[in-house]
Amino acid sequence: MTETTIYVAKKILTMNPNQPEVTHVAVRDGRILGAGVLSDLEPWGTYTLDDRFSDKVLMPGFVEGHAHTMEGTLWRKTYVGWFDRRDPDGKTWAGLKSIDSVIERLKETEAQMTDPDAALSGWGLDPIYMNNQRVSRHDLDKVSTTRPIGVLHASGHILNVNTKALEVSGLLKPGVNHDGIPLAEDGLSTGEIYGMDAMSPVGPHVGFDRAMTDCDEQGLRDYAKLCVRAGVTTCTDLAARLTDESVAMMLKVTSEDRFPARLVPLRIFFGMSAKDVVEYAQALGKKSTDRLRLGRIKAVADGSIQGFSARMRWPGYHNGAPNGLWYTAPDQMSELYHLALKAGVQVHTHTNGDQATQMALDMLEPALRAHPSPDHRFTLQHCQLADAAQFRKMKALEMCVNLFANHHFYWGDEHYRLTVGPERAERMNACRTALDTGVPMTIHSDAPVTPLGPLFTAWCAVNRITASGRTQGEGEKIDMAAALHAITLGAAYTLHMDGEVGSIEVGKQADFAVLDEDPMVVDVMALKDIPVWGTVQGGRVFAAGEL
Amino acid sequence: MTDAVLPVITIGGYLGSGKTTLLNNLLRRADGRRLAVLVNEFGELPIDEDLIVAEDENMISIAGGCICCSFGNDLIGALNELAMLDPPPDYVVIESSGVAIPGAIVSTFSLIDGFRSDGIVVVVDGETVQAAAKDDYIGDTITRQLSDAEIVLVNKLDLVEPEQEKDLASWLSEMAPDAAQVPARFGDVAPETILGVVAEPSTGHTAPHSDAQFESMILRPNDDVDASLLAQDLATGGYGVIRAKGYVAGAEGQTWLIQTVGRRWQAEQAPGHGVTGIVCLGLRGLLLRDQVGKLAIDCCG
Ligand SMILES: [Zn+2]
Repeated sequence: MTETTIYVAKKILTMNPNQPEVTHVAVRDGRILGAGVLSDLEPWGTYTLDDRFSDKVLMPGFVEGHAHTMEGTLWRKTYVGWFDRRDPDGKTWAGLKSIDSVIERLKETEAQMTDPDAALSGWGLDPIYMNNQRVSRHDLDKVSTTRPIGVLHASGHILNVNTKALEVSGLLKPGVNHDGIPLAEDGLSTGEIYGMDAMSPVGPHVGFDRAMTDCDEQGLRDYAKLCVRAGVTTCTDLAARLTDESVAMMLKVTSEDRFPARLVPLRIFFGMSAKDVVEYAQALGKKSTDRLRLGRIKAVADGSIQGFSARMRWPGYHNGAPNGLWYTAPDQMSELYHLALKAGVQVHTHTNGDQATQMALDMLEPALRAHPSPDHRFTLQHCQLADAAQFRKMKALEMCVNLFANHHFYWGDEHYRLTVGPERAERMNACRTALDTGVPMTIHSDAPVTPLGPLFTAWCAVNRITASGRTQGEGEKIDMAAALHAITLGAAYTLHMDGEVGSIEVGKQADFAVLDEDPMVVDVMALKDIPVWGTVQGGRVFAAGEL
Repeated sequence: MTDAVLPVITIGGYLGSGKTTLLNNLLRRADGRRLAVLVNEFGELPIDEDLIVAEDENMISIAGGCICCSFGNDLIGALNELAMLDPPPDYVVIESSGVAIPGAIVSTFSLIDGFRSDGIVVVVDGETVQAAAKDDYIGDTITRQLSDAEIVLVNKLDLVEPEQEKDLASWLSEMAPDAAQVPARFGDVAPETILGVVAEPSTGHTAPHSDAQFESMILRPNDDVDASLLAQDLATGGYGVIRAKGYVAGAEGQTWLIQTVGRRWQAEQAPGHGVTGIVCLGLRGLLLRDQVGKLAIDCCG
């Protein structure tokens, strides 16, 4: 006979409206046998009572609907961001508040490197918090003049390199003529490289190569540790190329005994025709296991708002910058939607600017008419600038949305001041409008762009506070219960996994976030500071302190 | 200029303008030239099946020594791989995605050594391009593509009424002020239009081009030529020169290489080349031979 464990907790927030709070949950074969008071569960037969969580609060394991496992590999590079950030091993790296301290930390890494020719890579730099101070190649030359150095900004759109890196990539020459490579008075690159195109010749020489979005073995294990520390038990990887090789690697690593998360990687719509990518995703779907869920597609409509590559409707960017770029042509998006609906393959679409959102809506509507698809749950990802009418359209088309709540904190001030101006900045990531309109909604971190941490993401959506401490968009705040729903069932719904994860109910996966405090009673400003003890995933217990 | 520098032709244009048909015609008429074609992705049949010799995930081998590779999001990586081929291709042709801005592609590959832009060709659907340029979604993409063009290949003219053709031509010269316009039906044009003419007329294996649509002439200026002035005149003088290329002797006996595409021109010193003469290509009947011929005299000191 299989074993039953009954966990007792200080409180269990189930997200099941029939019994929102209970004290006991019974687990058998990695699944929830039942939740309630002990006497409700005893009739299931012999059990072991486990009281290790008796002073903890259990929630359904958090579901992150938009993140990238590459954060796992990034942690092997040096973190130089403005904010404190915790690495997979639980060490918190202090945020760096000056260029000098960035140089100092890079020097510390340099001092420990044994191979004199190896590249030194840093990540997470964000000079917008330092009055937009520029970092030049000469600054990084203070770290080393003999090995190539590259430091990627938090946004992922800018790379700073030293002189050696320019030299080995052939860019240390006069006459360089590229929008993404500003020149100094000496006619040579300043060492600041803007945009993926300009980065492509130098990236591989400083540890940021073309396959960067594809995680490796160690990176995946490290990423999973971050999941445990954040209370995440199901996490997307949005998106990757999912080559045969990387799928084999993911199958291997996720099936390891102590791999603590359920991973949902999406295949990117790029470098493959619509027809091929739909067939590819279908074939991948057949390889799915319990801990690796394949078979979905991510499309990218436009770029980013702070990179001015998002597609905007009139009146465009607040500072007058020209409109951004399409990453996928409207006709190709239409073709993808038609074929994917026909095949029953789900598509998540990255849209940042409001014109990109409109384009996705306009392309989906006729495709849905041609291929009526109940319960398609096509999801708009980021969708940061959507207005009320666009949410109504999403509702009418039965779409879901995943809003970028964290972005509001990190870059909200920048959007207010520079990119879109006050009115649109206030309505960015309009969680309240989405819920009021009845659009199934979740919120995300887009790790590594911002740190993985659903409680922080919920805090962002509840408080709408920016990095400078302003409340931006009072009217778009949501309450605590709605935010907790968003990071559990809300995200699960966008993945068609709400029958399986996202709440603590009989029959579902035994996936729990184990918290030291109760989010429903702490002050809303303290939500982000609730310590996460660890997780239970598929009935297996993972203590963050013992990873 | 060293021999190691590969000429790169960038072909842009929105979806459905006929880029793929143009590519297949180029490959069909390669005539001994070894082309390496880079495409964003292998869509459904990027290359006509009868041209394919062998095929794997990222490369298609084509009859006559040509190849076609997909580069996904790593153009620089793909170009670096091409440069290592032995022997290297004669020409690299990049077919950019329907929403790419070709000038941005050129400035990106110009960052690395070993490649030189030898023309930005933008293909348009003559029947629909004016309406598409007003489209909320793709209008600005199309006008940005056109503003980068050195040659506009006006496709599908069989679907355009003759009276509209004139209007289209004047609209295009506004949108693509630096470009020569080349009408095309089913993407069929002389390969020299796209790839450029051979610079050394008396030693090259290909005779100056001539067919029902195109004609060419060889300009043989005397010595002591102001190469920059001559190049500029050829490109911007309104003589119907689509492309010109060749060597001339300058004031102190140095050799200069002159190249023009559309209204853009370039003159650079090219030591070591002896055979002078410039091949000029234009549309039959529209190449002003007499006036071009006169430049040979006007530009000499
Ligand atoms: Zn993302």
